[in-house]
Amino acid sequence: MSLALVIAIAGLVGFGVHLITARSLSRVVLGFALLGHGAVLALLGSGGPAGEPPLADRAPVGELANPLPQALALTAIVISFGLTLFLLALARRQHELTGDDLVEDDLEDRAISALAEAEALRGHHDD
Amino acid sequence: MTTETLIGLLVALPIAAAGLALALRTLPRARDVVTIAALAAETALAGVLLARTINDGTTAVRLGGWAPDLGIVLIADLFAALVLLVAIATILVVEVFALGQRRTPWGANPELTGPLLLVLTSGVALSMLTGDLFTLFVAFELILVASYVLLTHRSEAAQVRSGMSYVVMNLFASALFLIGVAVVYRSTGTVNMALLAERLPELDEPVRVGIGLWFLVVFGTKAAAFPLFSWLPDSYPTAPTTVTAVFAGLLTKVGVYVLVRFHTLTGMETLQPVILVVAAATMLVGVAGALAHNDVKRILSFHIVSQIGYMLMGLGLFSVAGIAGAVIFFVHHIPVKTVLFLTGGLIEEETGTSRLSDNGGLAMRRPFLAVLFAIPALSLAGLPPFSGFVAKFALIDAGIDARSIPIVVVALAVSALTLLSMVKIWMGVFWGAPPRGPAPPATEPRRRLLVGATSIGVAATLVIASLAGPLWNLSERAANELLEPTAYINEVLGSVTP
Repeated sequence: MSLALVIAIAGLVGFGVHLITARSLSRVVLGFALLGHGAVLALLGSGGPAGEPPLADRAPVGELANPLPQALALTAIVISFGLTLFLLALARRQHELTGDDLVEDDLEDRAISALAEAEALRGHHDD
Repeated sequence: MTTETLIGLLVALPIAAAGLALALRTLPRARDVVTIAALAAETALAGVLLARTINDGTTAVRLGGWAPDLGIVLIADLFAALVLLVAIATILVVEVFALGQRRTPWGANPELTGPLLLVLTSGVALSMLTGDLFTLFVAFELILVASYVLLTHRSEAAQVRSGMSYVVMNLFASALFLIGVAVVYRSTGTVNMALLAERLPELDEPVRVGIGLWFLVVFGTKAAAFPLFSWLPDSYPTAPTTVTAVFAGLLTKVGVYVLVRFHTLTGMETLQPVILVVAAATMLVGVAGALAHNDVKRILSFHIVSQIGYMLMGLGLFSVAGIAGAVIFFVHHIPVKTVLFLTGGLIEEETGTSRLSDNGGLAMRRPFLAVLFAIPALSLAGLPPFSGFVAKFALIDAGIDARSIPIVVVALAVSALTLLSMVKIWMGVFWGAPPRGPAPPATEPRRRLLVGATSIGVAATLVIASLAGPLWNLSERAANELLEPTAYINEVLGSVTP
């Protein structure tokens, strides 16, 4: 695997993860696109050095690129394409419902921790 | 029918039926008949597969006759056949419940539930039968895509909100999975698990441990293990009951299943301390969450997390007794957890809410419902004579044998706390004064179907408890096969399927 490829994968994964941690779902979608590309590049790179296109009878077998990771990468691309669309649909629905596309907190969980804080305060008050 | 055809059919039948059911979506009766018939047939096939696997041992199929390092291999061993039968039978019970519930405001959309449950079934079958890592990735995606839609298809605000964290979390895990596959392929030149079982132990120690840890994170996220669990109690309770019941019984279990499969096959004993610590933390955090919350579905969701810890404990011991305990825990947990969520759904049908503070006095009004809740609840807590006792006893016995006393202490303490939180639901829902104000009218349309499906599920958990002896023998055999995978490897690499 060439150094350029490693740097490209690291960059894509790094920026992807950075975007995924954002609150806005449209950024998250972009993050996934980058992360997905990083993963697919890693798959491609795992097949060893680049070679001729792996088509029968076009080049001697020794010079062909490894076709298996290419098949895996293709499958992964199709899946991530579909899921990106689904995420976009979710973001759109969230926009319809609330006017923004922010990933929100777990409300029930917030309620429980507020309860605990209130009890702690009351305990403090009693002392 | 040869066993090879049987294995192929188990994956192909539900996905074909899903297409048919989707095509028939505007004809309710035909659609429901197709769905139920397909799931019943699938259950029967899984039963036959289990019987044959018990008699004839492990069977592998090479799809298209490709060599194992190039093509896709499906393989059924005892572990796969046993868990698969339990999982598919559970989906069938839930689909019957869904038929009863769909007319109510809590029900899932019938046009989508049937076909999507079938897609999910196919994904579950593929993930358990597959012999290579990449097909496992595809199977996960199949399950997840179905689950994304099932979770969010009513597109109400709460579902969209929690669906987002669910989808984002799982997509992230999938991306990590792909990168893991790339690393494995780069270092071993294969994604076939039988070949990996031979080649991974030959790698340098740091690479091997790194791969083991990487997949612990990937599968641990799917399994909702500590500290990667917070998406689960957030998202599950917002879905329609039928959907939550399937998720609760199956999705996280598929994560643990592949974790057990991968880490035993590739001999990751070095990760034992890590897995045991994760197991203990998962148990404790899950039960602590269950004690804090005030909603039946929330409490039960936190229990899923806690129970995942027990299965990880069985894996973490890396002994025959420990793995056998984990296998029997699978068989017990999948139906019990699903049935508990179904009774949660029944409570919601009855009173309009699953919040403890808005419920009460249901034991007087619906004594049978109280019984339906009590049996799986006590089973989950691990009280004799229910199935949970058998499973937990096996695990704790294995822990004592392995002299892992800390994990045994944690497991026992968490058991007691589980009982405490079940008592909390009991006090809140079944005892006490009924909530003030007029009780919402009980929805009558197909109540018999709902109670019937739940009763069948409860009865099944009792049958599992009464079959403890034979089940233990099977689990022990499955555990032996997992820890000594020569038969598995030979079947994949040696046999030639015409």
